[in-house]
Amino acid sequence: MVLSPADKTNIKTTWDKLGGHAGEYGGEALERTFTSFPTTKTYFPHFDLSPGSAQVKAHGKKVADALTTAVAHLDDLPKALSTLSDLHAYKLRVDPVNFKLLSHCLLVTLACHHPAEFTPAVHASLDKFFSTVSTVLTSKYR
Amino acid sequence: MVHLTADEKAAVTALWGKVNVDEVGGEALGRLLVVYPWTQRFFDSFGDLSSPDAVMGNAKVKAHGKKVLNSFSDGLKNLDNLKGTFAKLSELHCDKLHVDPENFKLLGNVLVCVLAHHFGKQFTPQGQGAFQKVVAGVANALAHKYH
Repeated sequence: MVLSPADKTNIKTTWDKLGGHAGEYGGEALERTFTSFPTTKTYFPHFDLSPGSAQVKAHGKKVADALTTAVAHLDDLPKALSTLSDLHAYKLRVDPVNFKLLSHCLLVTLACHHPAEFTPAVHASLDKFFSTVSTVLTSKYR
Repeated sequence: MVHLTADEKAAVTALWGKVNVDEVGGEALGRLLVVYPWTQRFFDSFGDLSSPDAVMGNAKVKAHGKKVLNSFSDGLKNLDNLKGTFAKLSELHCDKLHVDPENFKLLGNVLVCVLAHHFGKQFTPQGQGAFQKVVAGVANALAHKYH
């Protein structure tokens, strides 16, 4: 699966329109993931996962910042995300299934907050983007 | 079996009451075909599916989406017996339509995205959680008779 030029345009354009709310959306997507898919909470026993948790918000911002970096390096994701890829492979070891769950909740969050942007074509491009990032982050698992 | 709390049942009922089932059906099926183009394999007879606009505007997609979502809607009235409700449809999807049950999960998640798109902030994390249980339950029920 490859990001086409049209996908890259859709991704960059949409991400630019998030207007500085990316961090907030990262937190919301995490909250949605924990609520809809409780097994994902097993990776955060050290976190306060109650609604409004400062730790979840901070972590959401971290995730969003990494995605913003990814958007700026769509032509070279493996290199841009190499450190994060190492982290997930050797330290965090989050089961690959969970990347799909968070990706879905990121789509849901963006659909909620930016209905005008979330056309079928953009929906497709974003889904491919999150899928590509997930593949890079799990690429060194074995 | 789907286990929804009383609050979750109330959330699902309240939200579904505001859904234009016919329209949302077409939207969800259309987006499935756009976002996961390999799902078009089941719809060779539908005509032009060559672009997102073609898919979303396709009359057969809209009609079929309407059919699918009205069926899903029936499921919502029978959350305590999804397997019974969808038994015949499960057999049909296995024996006649030959649809990989993975597709039911894909459509369920696309439906959740469409609801988020329509309802915006009203589609709270708790509401989403309830719907995720429902779409998972329906997907399992539709896969139940596969052999």
